[in-house]
Amino acid sequence: MSDKDLSFENAYAKLEEIAQKLNSNDISLDQAIALYEEGMKLTKFCTETLENAKQRIEVLKSVKN
Amino acid sequence: MPLSVVTVKQLNLYVKSLLEGNQRLAYISISGETSNFKRHFASGHIYFTLKDDTASLKCVMFRDYASRLSIPFSDGMKVICTGRISVYERDGVYQLYAENIVPDGEGDLMAQFEKTKAKLESEGLFDPSLKKPIPSFPKKIAVVTSETGAAVKDILTVLNRRYPLCEVLLCPATVQGENAAESLCQALSLADSSDADLIIIGRGGGSTEDLWCFNDETLARKVSLVNKPVISAVGHETDFTICDFVADLRAPTPSAAAELAVPDKEELLLGFAEISRSLLMCVSNVVARKENALSSVTSLGVFYDPERTLCEKRSLLVDSLAEKIRMQTEKIFLKKESSFSALAANVESISPMKTMLRGFSVAEKDSKSINSVEQLTVGDEISLRFYNGKAKCNVEKIIKE
Repeated sequence: MSDKDLSFENAYAKLEEIAQKLNSNDISLDQAIALYEEGMKLTKFCTETLENAKQRIEVLKSVKN
Repeated sequence: MPLSVVTVKQLNLYVKSLLEGNQRLAYISISGETSNFKRHFASGHIYFTLKDDTASLKCVMFRDYASRLSIPFSDGMKVICTGRISVYERDGVYQLYAENIVPDGEGDLMAQFEKTKAKLESEGLFDPSLKKPIPSFPKKIAVVTSETGAAVKDILTVLNRRYPLCEVLLCPATVQGENAAESLCQALSLADSSDADLIIIGRGGGSTEDLWCFNDETLARKVSLVNKPVISAVGHETDFTICDFVADLRAPTPSAAAELAVPDKEELLLGFAEISRSLLMCVSNVVARKENALSSVTSLGVFYDPERTLCEKRSLLVDSLAEKIRMQTEKIFLKKESSFSALAANVESISPMKTMLRGFSVAEKDSKSINSVEQLTVGDEISLRFYNGKAKCNVEKIIKE
């Protein structure tokens, strides 16, 4: 999944999954480091997405109105 | 005729039985204004006085009934109370044991409200199992309310503060008056067919009449049929509408609806900081675990003293192999030796030397032994081998026998 189509919700869910995986005992060092790197990337993505978000408002009116 | 004497308690019980025996007083509705309204904290019973210009009546409403009141009551309200009249023996006062209170004047509306509510409830429209879950991270929220009201401002402000990531789709509707219910239904349809993943429907506070459209049966049915989760937010904390009952979640106010709809940005950011810390801790833990595992391996003999652990063992093995080979070779050698001496003895016994000693000699022609006169021609030079030498001879005559 590229950063472009990564949604905040998916990133958050993935982050939770990573945190859980990292807590398991039977994990190799390579896996741990890869998960850590991905986790930090996702955290950064989530934080930046939230901090840079600007509220978007649309108004939808029916034809009748 | 002498008056019979009774105790106070007896009198009170007698009066009580008289009142309770009266059909008209067993179930009666009384209009009046509330005063001295008190809710007993521990028991949950409500005590109040019902009065008009010149008279007053003590009233009590027990907890079971009080908890079913759909609107809050306070002093100075014109109400209609329904219940039975009886006597409280301890004080010698008669009072109304109220079972229901509705605002006077709004009596018709309230009756209609109760009727609609009971009808929809019996059809199962309020069933908790029908409630759709509210998404944790909505991407787009459709807001069905007046474009100009206070509610939309409140909702937008709260959504922007808590979770600006969420887009807002405003579906304007008339929120009071005759056409309001229909307008709300239309806006709700638009909201439901949009790409929003959550709908907030509501309006700010107002009079019972102002909020009345949210008690509309058609709107209630529409809300129950919508595919997306709906949060209802009508008026203030104390206002309950039919729309609230059918919605997937009731919010006490429009601001509260926005609070319930989205997560809080500040909390999320704190959470992410926490996650970063815990990720680092987890990965450090893994590294520490691996280091431990490694050091427990390196302290094993093979790494600690490789020469001893690896070479000694192997040199012992080589030594024992060499010994084995040596013994085996010796065994084979001895075996060969004994079979050789047997053979030598045998060879000796069949040697021609002994025969030659007994007087036989071997004739040889061209250094090869011959055993037949056929192999000879007159004039051949042959030699005769004796056990201790040879004699050269010429063949003069051949006699076949």
